Amino acid sequence: MRSRTLALWIWAVLMLIATVIVARAHYTADFSAFLPRVPSQAQELLVQQLRNGPVSRLILIGIEGADEPARVRLSRDMAQRLRSNAAYRSIQNGEPVNLARDRDFLFKNRYLLSERLTPERFSGTGLQSALQEGIDLLSSSMGFLSRDLYLRDPTGETLAVLAQFDESISRPKTVSGVWVSPDHRRALLVAETRAEGSDSDGQALAIATIRSTFAQLRANPSVASAATTSLRLTGPGVFADDARTTIKAEALRLLILSSMLIATLLLCVYRSLPAVLLGFLPVACGALVGVAAVALGSGVVHGVTLGFGVTLIGESVDYSIYHFLQAPGGEQRYASTTALWPTIRLGLLTSVCGFASLLPSGFPGLAQLGLYSIAGLVAAGLVTRFVLPVLIPRGITIHPATALGASFSRLLMGIRSLRTLLWCIPLLAGIVLFAKSGRLWNHELSALSPVSQAAQAIDAELRADLGAPDVRTLVVVSGPDREGVLRATEAVGSRLQKLVEESVIDGFQTPARYLPSQQTQERRRDTLPTADELRVRLQVARSSLPVEPQQLAPFVEDIEATRTGPLISPADLQGTDFAAGVDALLIRQATRWNALLPLQAISSGPGAFVIDVARVRQAIVAAAPQDIELTVLDLKQATDDLYDSYLTEAIGASIAGLVAIVVLLSITLRSLAQVARVVTPLILAVLVVMSGLLLAGHMLTILHLVGLLLVFAIGSNYALFFARARADADPAASHRILASLLIANATTVIGFGVLAFSAVPVLANLGSTVAPGAFLALLFSAALAGDMRHGAESA
Amino acid sequence: MQLMSDFSQRRHHHVRFTERQYIAILKRPVDSSGELFYEAPDRIEKRTLLPRPESMVLEGDTVTIRRGARTFTLALRDHPEIAPLIESIRATLVGDLAFLQSAYEVSFVSSAAEWTLKLVPRDARAAALIAQIRIAGSMDRIREMEFLRADGDRSVMTTVAEPAG
Repeated sequence: MRSRTLALWIWAVLMLIATVIVARAHYTADFSAFLPRVPSQAQELLVQQLRNGPVSRLILIGIEGADEPARVRLSRDMAQRLRSNAAYRSIQNGEPVNLARDRDFLFKNRYLLSERLTPERFSGTGLQSALQEGIDLLSSSMGFLSRDLYLRDPTGETLAVLAQFDESISRPKTVSGVWVSPDHRRALLVAETRAEGSDSDGQALAIATIRSTFAQLRANPSVASAATTSLRLTGPGVFADDARTTIKAEALRLLILSSMLIATLLLCVYRSLPAVLLGFLPVACGALVGVAAVALGSGVVHGVTLGFGVTLIGESVDYSIYHFLQAPGGEQRYASTTALWPTIRLGLLTSVCGFASLLPSGFPGLAQLGLYSIAGLVAAGLVTRFVLPVLIPRGITIHPATALGASFSRLLMGIRSLRTLLWCIPLLAGIVLFAKSGRLWNHELSALSPVSQAAQAIDAELRADLGAPDVRTLVVVSGPDREGVLRATEAVGSRLQKLVEESVIDGFQTPARYLPSQQTQERRRDTLPTADELRVRLQVARSSLPVEPQQLAPFVEDIEATRTGPLISPADLQGTDFAAGVDALLIRQATRWNALLPLQAISSGPGAFVIDVARVRQAIVAAAPQDIELTVLDLKQATDDLYDSYLTEAIGASIAGLVAIVVLLSITLRSLAQVARVVTPLILAVLVVMSGLLLAGHMLTILHLVGLLLVFAIGSNYALFFARARADADPAASHRILASLLIANATTVIGFGVLAFSAVPVLANLGSTVAPGAFLALLFSAALAGDMRHGAESA
Repeated sequence: MQLMSDFSQRRHHHVRFTERQYIAILKRPVDSSGELFYEAPDRIEKRTLLPRPESMVLEGDTVTIRRGARTFTLALRDHPEIAPLIESIRATLVGDLAFLQSAYEVSFVSSAAEWTLKLVPRDARAAALIAQIRIAGSMDRIREMEFLRADGDRSVMTTVAEPAG
């Protein structure tokens, strides 16, 4: 008696500690759960780009409905409101924003920025033709811009630099100065958040602010037709936010649904509400301990761990079912645990071996799920063994479902006569696996994407509207100092320009456009003549000039000021629209500088939207000096490679886990025949499920693998009960066991069956693997176990 | 005004132009020439051929200028320094008398053979740029458009109808 009270005390104290740990733990819901733990240097850059790069911070906005003037007005109003919000680095909708500052910067630094500043530009004859261009410009449609500047800039350098900046980005169509889609159905905006892509709360806030701002403006009665407009958002942050919300809602909804179904089932069998509630006690304790273990083990608990964890340790509901339903004569209070425990314990250890194979995963999310499941299952097992029997109130009687067991037993007799057919399974599965061997595993991370088809379609539409196909290819120029990186970036840029001319790519962005290297700036500055030289040359050109050379004194002054003044430094860009471009594209990372050159795929013709990475690599490779590293990063390819390496790793670990299970069983059962009897039905179940999924047109993902592992873990309990069934057991006892297995199996099939209908691929993958797998594991275990009463004789 | 309703009936229009700009700081005027196209309801293209090919298209509120391989796009409302000029030309071609009368003091003088339309901006900001626009013609043809800037610079555009065909 005393030891039982002690068990209760220990349990209470441990649960209290676990509760404190859980309450104090840090939780994160970003997608770092799916980013690698020990990345290589190239991976680090990739991960940094995915989490925090400029691409990760973009939100694409489309305004639809009503009429064009209303959409244009909304676009302007929305941009104006959002620009005053510190949550956004920039809001672009086609309107010139920092126009005055941009023009000042451009105008002041025109001779340092202009790509036309070759040594010939201001030489004797060069100057003559440069001046002629300026005169032509005066008479042109651009005259209104060049006229006021003419005496300071008679060669039209300002407009040349403007054009140089302008053509770097292919811009969407504009109506009334605001971006619209080519079909005029939408007004378009692009917001860049200050929050990094990995800051999921910051992203969520930025997205919510856009939505609420739009809702407020739409409600504004000043634009009557605005009430019928609607908003479309897309972008990496929007996807992540949607995914987080969907998974959270789905996981909770499905958990509640399956819990209720299972509770109803158990209530029908137990006919006692306290027993049903007690039956959930091991799972609840397991979940608590699981989260606490993860919090202690890795400091931060990922959202996926909370979302899936309970599902993974759902098998611990089975423990209490075995406990309640296998006791003879309804003597649940103290009885039977001792008799039952070794089998439950072995089943538990088998599951632990299975989940241990998740621990070394490079996916922190998977590793956490492994740790959670191990701690949770052990805790649930211990609670079933030591706490549950003490807590069952006196007087509760659960009538073992012997009748159910008996009818199941009769059914099994029928199935067993067909069991030779089971040997066809490896053969058929082998044929399926061989036929599909090339398409067995899905190697793309997008297979796990919770983003719906509809959302992906809108993303594609908005990107096409903006003329900004998904930036997935970047050239990364990396080196020890900024100047060296900028020089190399310029060399790469001139090679990329050739690719633009050859239509291999449509365009590219480069930080060197706004911030040329010191070397380039010096070279341009050196081409400028002294004031005296320039005066002489202007005098020579007098006859062809539409003005008197003396009138051009401001021009001579400006040239002299540039010739003797400072070069452009990053600080000069502050407050201009160009600063954002340089900040995003020129990044300091510890001791290295990285320049990013996003490439834009051509948007029409045979090679549309695809960049020939090998060709780009080949074109730029020679541009790198010694200490500079050039990488062409295909973001999608690189993430897929990363995922692929996890998958390979996880498959290897799972096989290792399988071997560990076999070793464990061999040690405990001390009979190879017994081991074979336990493992064979499980392997058959796994083979059938794999073949079934493949035949249904699925490709297997890492979540299917976890599901197969679960089939093994849960199924091992069934198999062990059958394998350990005593030949001398009385029929009533074996019927009780059969009934408990059947009920336990039903709860598993319900729990995962519900998941299978989820719209979130990760949940659906898991459900559609485990639900049929667990059922088949029971069926095959029963079929192969031999007659419950005569099994030992035939063994 | 009969003239305006004549203009508003027109779906296409195509003329040659020569333009001479008198700019105060320059010791001689600068010339350019090319073709003008009008397409109902609101598209105007000024295709300059000399001294250097260039095309300027006005469509809705958007001006697109193509010069060599380069394209500039700008919104009229972002450039108040040219908006009144371009809008008045278009309003005249379209025959939008209501717009002209709201933005300008309009005076119309006509004899049997000739007519002259004078526009003086009402808006102070526009008046700071443009002193007066004078459009002259005969029958339903525009012969000459003169823009007098507030700073004294002036440009005169003479148009000749493209021979039919």
